[in-house]
Amino acid sequence: MNLALAVDRLQFAFTITFHYLFPQLTMGLALLIFIMKTIALRTSDEQRRDRYNGAARFWIKIFAINFVTGVVTGIPMEFQFGTNWAQFSRAAGGVIGQPLALEGVYSFFLESTFLGLLIYGEKRLSLRLHWLSSLGVFAGSWISGYFIIVTDAWMQHPVGYRMAANGMIQLDSLRDLLLNPWALWQYTHNMIAAVVTGSFVVAALGAFYLLAGRHESYARTFVRLGVTAGSIAMILLIVPAGDQQGRMVTENQPVTLAAMEGLFQTVQGAPIALVGQPDTDKLQLDNPITIPKALSFLTFRRWTAEVKGLDAFPRDVWPDNIPLLYFSYHIMVGLGTILLAVMALSLWLLARDRLYTNRPALWLLLLMTPFPYIATTAGWMTAELGRQPWLIYGVMRTAAGISPHVSSGNGLFTLLGFLGLYMVLGILFLFLVWHEIEHGPEKLAEGAA
Amino acid sequence: METLWFCLVAIMIAGYVVLDGFDLGAGIVHLLVARSDAEKRIVLASIGPVWDGNEVWLLAGGGTMYFAFPALYASSFSGFYLPLTIVLWLLIVRGISIEFRNHIASPVWTPIWDTGFTWASLLLAVFYGAALGNVVRGVPLDASGYFFLPLWTDFRARSSAGILDWYTILTGVAALLTLTMHGALWVAMKSPEPIRERAASLARRVWWGVVAATVAITAASFAIQPHLSERFAEAPWGFVFPVITLTGLLGVFLCKAPRAELPAFLSSCAYLVGMLTSAAFGVYPLLLPASTDPALSLTIHNAAAESYGLRVGLAWFIPGMLLAVVYATFTYRRFSGKLHLE
Repeated sequence: MNLALAVDRLQFAFTITFHYLFPQLTMGLALLIFIMKTIALRTSDEQRRDRYNGAARFWIKIFAINFVTGVVTGIPMEFQFGTNWAQFSRAAGGVIGQPLALEGVYSFFLESTFLGLLIYGEKRLSLRLHWLSSLGVFAGSWISGYFIIVTDAWMQHPVGYRMAANGMIQLDSLRDLLLNPWALWQYTHNMIAAVVTGSFVVAALGAFYLLAGRHESYARTFVRLGVTAGSIAMILLIVPAGDQQGRMVTENQPVTLAAMEGLFQTVQGAPIALVGQPDTDKLQLDNPITIPKALSFLTFRRWTAEVKGLDAFPRDVWPDNIPLLYFSYHIMVGLGTILLAVMALSLWLLARDRLYTNRPALWLLLLMTPFPYIATTAGWMTAELGRQPWLIYGVMRTAAGISPHVSSGNGLFTLLGFLGLYMVLGILFLFLVWHEIEHGPEKLAEGAA
Repeated sequence: METLWFCLVAIMIAGYVVLDGFDLGAGIVHLLVARSDAEKRIVLASIGPVWDGNEVWLLAGGGTMYFAFPALYASSFSGFYLPLTIVLWLLIVRGISIEFRNHIASPVWTPIWDTGFTWASLLLAVFYGAALGNVVRGVPLDASGYFFLPLWTDFRARSSAGILDWYTILTGVAALLTLTMHGALWVAMKSPEPIRERAASLARRVWWGVVAATVAITAASFAIQPHLSERFAEAPWGFVFPVITLTGLLGVFLCKAPRAELPAFLSSCAYLVGMLTSAAFGVYPLLLPASTDPALSLTIHNAAAESYGLRVGLAWFIPGMLLAVVYATFTYRRFSGKLHLE
């Protein structure tokens, strides 16, 4: 791989990975804040209304810090298509520019308007209008997610386009582009994962306050809301979302499936590997622990179905980093399983009214906080490494998409700049969120916006 | 159809400059007009609910340019690689400065963000002005439609120049002066005394600089880019844009009374719109002139997406932007009126 290409890929990978730590909480939390405001609006119990309004007010503070970090790290994403991937943009801009512009026009204006009202407007707006603002922010952030997924889905599974004689890729049907079947499942999978992240964060903070013996009534609200929403989301995440997303890969990117599963040889009744290290020299999985025939069943619903291994495909369409792809996928699935188990246990204890006082269970919830983030990141790495060596699957190779005149030196300069800046940003973010947590929901109680 | 999209992209850019322009300007004057912590909070509160929405115009405008003129997006963004990346960094510093400052009230914390807010705003104004200067001057496009410019070389405004040469530095300084005035007028309109008086008097003084800069960049632009005079000669109705510019500039001068803050600010908006539309009119039908060989220039014809995309784009773009204008109107009305010191 030439150095400029490596730097361009690293910079995009790093900036998008860092960026997406924030929107996943934005989108998950937007739904949960909307739920809090809805409960506050609908209840006739004054104490309950105050508690849910107070809870929303506290989470809006965290949301605001998270949101602005997501915004400032998001702007470079759109720009990098042009700065670092000029040949790709020139060829495909007529197609993927559409969803990116749609996102700006239909979601960011909505989101930013109502966020201003949500943060600054509680004293100026009626309860109903403030509730409406939370709906606006929720809708804006979720619409934004859809357009971005449409963009990525088109790169994973291009539809609604046609190749012009001059090498430009032209839009043929906006409808097909927006209703790409890949996008529908990827969106479902991704948004539910965002709700999982939001739920775990809310529940974990509640658990932290309970363990520390602070803000007890708010803490119980956080735990109850987080565990309830998180349990529902965890199940939907696996069935139907994850399962159907897997089927999209099976049908459209069989070579990616083989690499994800570490399946080097085509077999009937393929096993699924739980643990093992892919050895790309000997073309085998070292130290495998497998469930026989499970992969055949999961992908084709038949125990004896044939699953194509990497050997069924020419080497030049193999994903170019098979071990990382394999581990990303296995980390996502492994952490997902752990998160499901923790949510199930917490829900069971919650239903029996024992969760709030069960310290080991609260510790478990608290310690889970990084895992939804890691699982989501690993999931995205699976999708994007799985797409390699293609930039647009089957249409344009990654190496053909970079900017022709941006040298590796200039690329490295900006990559290092982003690394340094984002490190500072990450530290500041954690510091400020910690500051708000220390401050707690109690002191915000009376309408101090 | 291409001409229509040229106009729409120009409107998006003008919308961005007018709107984000005043909050950039508020950043530039922040340390000059606000002394105490309470006063600084007023300046920040005057843009707090709206700055993010204003910045969306940049993203939406960028996206619009991306799908309507993909070749322009690819060529200009990769060619202006270094300054654009630095702009992104400045936008990051500025965004977090605005939002992070008021979370902690400490004399060790707030000055960091006041400084970041001011300097990032100031440098962004200079970069935006220089960017516009680069587009008017032209860039060394090669036969494949790409180029790459270093930040600077010998500072001569020729095809061997970098991003910064004497001409683009001039446009950068002009943008800085203009946005300083624009931001000061906004802050004057939104603030109580004594911030109002400081901002208004700053705007009055900077106005002379804006006049000088307008004269200088007009003369320099016509000298450097012969296409401009050809355009105004072949379509004299285009003089309406410079007339808007001058009317706006005169309006700012005339509306000095404390009660005339809104007309003064709107005059400043008209001035900005006039300057940008004059430049867009003068460059049309080029998008990015080539300083190497005029035949290599990117034009609305060779850089546009094909007609289906442009047609279907129109169907969602117009209603979407009307909706955006409704949101903006709602926000500005909700948060209208002067702020008060606590």
